[in-house]
Amino acid sequence: MSSAPALVASGISKSFRAVQALDDVSIELHHGRVTALLGDNGAGKSTLVKCISGLYQPDAGHIFVQGTEHRISSSRHARELGIETVHQTLSVIDPLDVAENLFLNREHTRGGWLGARIGLLDKRRMRQECASTLARLDIRIPSLRRSVGSLSGGQRQAVAIGRAVAWGQQIVLLDEPAAALGVEQTQRVLDLIVNLRDQGVAVLLITHNMDRVLAVCDQAVVLYQGRKCAEVNVADVTKDDLVSYITGARGTG
Amino acid sequence: MIRKSISKQASAGLPSPVEAWIDRYRHNGGLRQYVVYLAFALILATFSIILHDDGFLSSSNLLNIGRQAAPIAVMAVGMAFALAAGEIDLSVGSVVALSSLVAAEIVGNHGFLAGALAALGASALVGIVNGLITVKVRIPSFLVTLGMLGIISGIARNWNDLQSLPIRNDRFSGIFGAGGLGPVSSLLIWIVVVGILGHFALHHLRWGRHVLSTGADRDAANAAGINTARVKISALVVSATAAGFAGILLAGRLSIGRHDLGEDYLLTVIAAVVIGGTNLFGGRASILGAVTGALIMAMLNNGLILMGLEVADQLIARGVIIILAVALSMREAKET
Ligand SMILES: Nc1ncnc2c1ncn2[C@@H]1O[C@H](COP(=O)(O)OP(=O)(O)OP(=O)(O)O)[C@@H](O)[C@H]1O
Ligand SMILES: [Mg+2]
Repeated sequence: MSSAPALVASGISKSFRAVQALDDVSIELHHGRVTALLGDNGAGKSTLVKCISGLYQPDAGHIFVQGTEHRISSSRHARELGIETVHQTLSVIDPLDVAENLFLNREHTRGGWLGARIGLLDKRRMRQECASTLARLDIRIPSLRRSVGSLSGGQRQAVAIGRAVAWGQQIVLLDEPAAALGVEQTQRVLDLIVNLRDQGVAVLLITHNMDRVLAVCDQAVVLYQGRKCAEVNVADVTKDDLVSYITGARGTG
Repeated sequence: MIRKSISKQASAGLPSPVEAWIDRYRHNGGLRQYVVYLAFALILATFSIILHDDGFLSSSNLLNIGRQAAPIAVMAVGMAFALAAGEIDLSVGSVVALSSLVAAEIVGNHGFLAGALAALGASALVGIVNGLITVKVRIPSFLVTLGMLGIISGIARNWNDLQSLPIRNDRFSGIFGAGGLGPVSSLLIWIVVVGILGHFALHHLRWGRHVLSTGADRDAANAAGINTARVKISALVVSATAAGFAGILLAGRLSIGRHDLGEDYLLTVIAAVVIGGTNLFGGRASILGAVTGALIMAMLNNGLILMGLEVADQLIARGVIIILAVALSMREAKET
């Protein structure tokens, strides 16, 4: 093993009334590596992501960020710890425009101290930085001033991804980021993930597409009905192996 | 035609402001965003023609409409924020009365400023209680504020045994309703001031963006780290405070505080806001639309009276028009 893990979640359990969504799941994310989180529908992948990003409080378990234990109390807290997330469904705010979405809750203000106090928006600066950020990430959006609700599903998804990766965070969680994307956009997202990895970011990628796993992921953790059933180096396995873990036919223990 | 030639010119270089505006215009709903302004012009034109001989267009009548519109417009601006945040405030009418009584009580001994501030403070307090119960106890705001409507109305009735409290303070009356700057009524000035403040807060303050986000998709706003509970509370405080200010304007114009001021404003205010393009269910708001909606409501009121309708018939006509207008604007909204 190289450096200390960027994030360790150990023994995470979470249940919703009668449903045990997660049962004693552990996962490690490393700098400069992409970890796939796999599992069938309802296996608990999104729930694990939400526990790490502060939206859910796990019933049991510990989360260490850069070696220090934290009880992540909110998504704001997660951000402060350097964790950024693209959630499967919770993403962009339709009535706001592209720049406003990118800077949501991170707005630049103008007018000095008073402006910062009352939250006077520096719209011009946000638009300019938004344009350069999206250009840097090679995300193409027709107009930054359009409300996001008027964009296509893939473009909205691209904005959500841009928002997550624009900030130089050390840990990025992507819950099916390419679900709504076309061929070309999907390739861009994969390039982006590789790019983040090369910059030393720890990436967690949830996907149902095994080709993507084999293409960009270094490790894979597989959940089956809320339990971890396999943890493998992607280089050591085949597509069929992964599928058999996911369907519960086989496990690495 | 004009549109085409403009965009052709501009497309040579970077997108010009005009081109950017046209793009947004097309994708943010086109003409539909401006329905309320067209309606305003249409109703104004209609009344101008059919009520020409009744003096609809006389300056004194237009001023009258403006005066009537002022409290509605101020409340509509506040309500627009409550709706934008995904809540509703049904207690606003009672807050108007409460505010007028508090102002009347304090102005006499402590001056106009203390009176106004006390009235606003009491109103804001109602908003805080509305907000806290809505957010912390998780009761829908329409129920919380409906209950609050009863409570505050009761308090207002008990305040002075249903009697009105006189306000004998020329400064207070002058600033808040009876006076004016030269020929311009202070009420008209207040409409403009509150309208600009509201528009500015919605579009140029972080808070306004967070209100819209919270109303549009609370979970997504939460996921972005916005404290949506606090945002909702603040929106209800703004709507209550705005109602309190409407109460001050009524108290100033009439020089009294009374338990029934604002009693029948609720439907009018909601209609004004919704006609103005604010979504009843959150996530979309227009302050200028709300103010224009308030002017429309006041104009309708005035026009129906000038037409010589009986009070009962006015009520019926107003109800029908409101439902039609709101239905129309909601249908337009759904299509976008
Ligand atoms: N907020 C919730 N309340 C109740 N049950 C929930 C909640 N969130 C998730 N669950 C349940 O927990 C289990 C795991 O759900 P989760 O969303 O984590 O699955 P997933 O692996 O992300 O599936 P998918 O691939 O379909 O996105 C499911 O049985 C689901 O019904
Ligand atoms: Mg999921």
